[in-house]
Amino acid sequence: MTHVLEARNLTRDYHIPGSLFKKAKTVHAVKGVSFSVDQGKTLAIVGESGCGKSTLARIVTMIDPATSGDMLIDGAKVDIARESLTPEMRRKVQIVFQNPYGTLNPRKKIGEILTEPLIINTNMKADDRRDKAMAMLKKVGLEEKHYGRYPHMFSGGQRQRVAIARALMLNPRLLVLDEPVSALDLSVQAQVLNLLADLQDEFQLTYVFISHDLSVVRYIADDVMVMYYGEAVEYGSREEVFSDPKHSYTRTLFAATPRADVESIKARLARKNAA
Amino acid sequence: MSLFEIENLVVEFQTAAGPFRAVDGVSMKVNAGEVLAIVGESGSGKSVSMLAAMGLLPWTAKVTADKLQFNGIDLLGLSPSDRRTIVGKDIAMIFQEPIASLNPCFTVGFQIEEVLRIHLGLDRAARRARAIELFDLVGIPNPAERLSHFPHQMSGGQCQRVMIAIALSCNPKLLIADEPTTALDVTIQKQILDLLMRLQAEHGMGLIIITHNMGVVAETADRVIVQYKGRKIEEADVLSLFEAPKSTYTRALLSALPDNATGDRLPTIAEFLSDDQIFAGAVR
Repeated sequence: MTHVLEARNLTRDYHIPGSLFKKAKTVHAVKGVSFSVDQGKTLAIVGESGCGKSTLARIVTMIDPATSGDMLIDGAKVDIARESLTPEMRRKVQIVFQNPYGTLNPRKKIGEILTEPLIINTNMKADDRRDKAMAMLKKVGLEEKHYGRYPHMFSGGQRQRVAIARALMLNPRLLVLDEPVSALDLSVQAQVLNLLADLQDEFQLTYVFISHDLSVVRYIADDVMVMYYGEAVEYGSREEVFSDPKHSYTRTLFAATPRADVESIKARLARKNAA
Repeated sequence: MSLFEIENLVVEFQTAAGPFRAVDGVSMKVNAGEVLAIVGESGSGKSVSMLAAMGLLPWTAKVTADKLQFNGIDLLGLSPSDRRTIVGKDIAMIFQEPIASLNPCFTVGFQIEEVLRIHLGLDRAARRARAIELFDLVGIPNPAERLSHFPHQMSGGQCQRVMIAIALSCNPKLLIADEPTTALDVTIQKQILDLLMRLQAEHGMGLIIITHNMGVVAETADRVIVQYKGRKIEEADVLSLFEAPKSTYTRALLSALPDNATGDRLPTIAEFLSDDQIFAGAVR
């Protein structure tokens, strides 16, 4: 079986031009990363800001070309630096961004936001587009009456549902989720995570889930890749990575994650009283 | 006597649709040397109640309270100029967005020295020496050099350290940290929390941490207040809150943590709790 997404030795360099007082330099944002994801599975990419995880998301969604290395989607090689992207390819991968307040056009109604990908990428008739958007609204837990409303009338969690619905309008194979729940409250975060799990079951979606919250990753991921300064320092199944982290950075990351269980609180209070 | 005491605080905002009650009868006490965490979702009024206590709300807000006392001083009866001698000096606050809360037009050195000049009246050399000392205290490398940097030249974690340094500059008796680590990476979050806890213990400050992250609560607090829609739902010491939460809302909140997930779906609050059920167990 071919993988939905396969990356072989991907790199991405950004060239920062010099000026009168500065020398030009090259930033190696992603340094040779390889991974693969199968249908219906979730790959989580973990790392702190500046580690290259969002650059990787841009490469996977075909917004930015990779400097070198191969990316295969459904076994077909994609290289947007050389050839232009076909509509079929573009439909296969969609993305949901972190901030649901910034990614929805405030001057467009929800219906327009949802039908826009169909207008650009398909030849569907207006009625069909509307029906599809209505159906998708219900799928993500919103209602038909929300079709004619503007983004400012929604809460953060509802907006993230709209963003997910928009990403699903083209029936993608692969969904890239760039920190989709980190701007949300705990209870809303639980709802959105459940929604993502439901949608994955229903459409056999493949997720690339980018996050810095290890408790969320532990809950949602099948495979985990830990990135540090553009390199994948750890890559394996969830059980492997969480039970036996190999790289020291992964261990640092685990140690830094706040723990909310009773034993850790008892240990902390004991330390405090002893001091 | 408690360091900081609020009784029956009510904050109302005038909106086009009539008055909106953001905080509805919240009471709390903080002793010197104690860490209190206020937990709640966005819109639970946790930041607004602290801003009200500091007098930082816009004029559209109507603040009433039976008691709003800091160190024996009634904060409600103070004139704005008297209030300014306390706020920023004895009560300091750290805000959520470190990069947005520093002024981009001035160097960080200018911004910290401004506080020292206004509240302590130090001369130029003493201000600079104290600023370097503070930057050193919060763990900023090359403090003397960093003073002439602008906020955009520093990372989010560094900016948050600058904010903490500014808040600590006058040795406050009470420090209010409003989501101090929400915008930061976990490794930086750990550094900042460790720093806050160390400084709190060394200076014997009262510390109020406002957060929606249960992990942060578990790692820092002595006592916890859970708020929902402007009302206090539960107050307990940190161990009993996590071990045996009394209210249904706190239980629901804890079970929504991905850490505590059993099975392949997370329980969500809206699914099994209505507002009435949540408020039924509320304390005043």
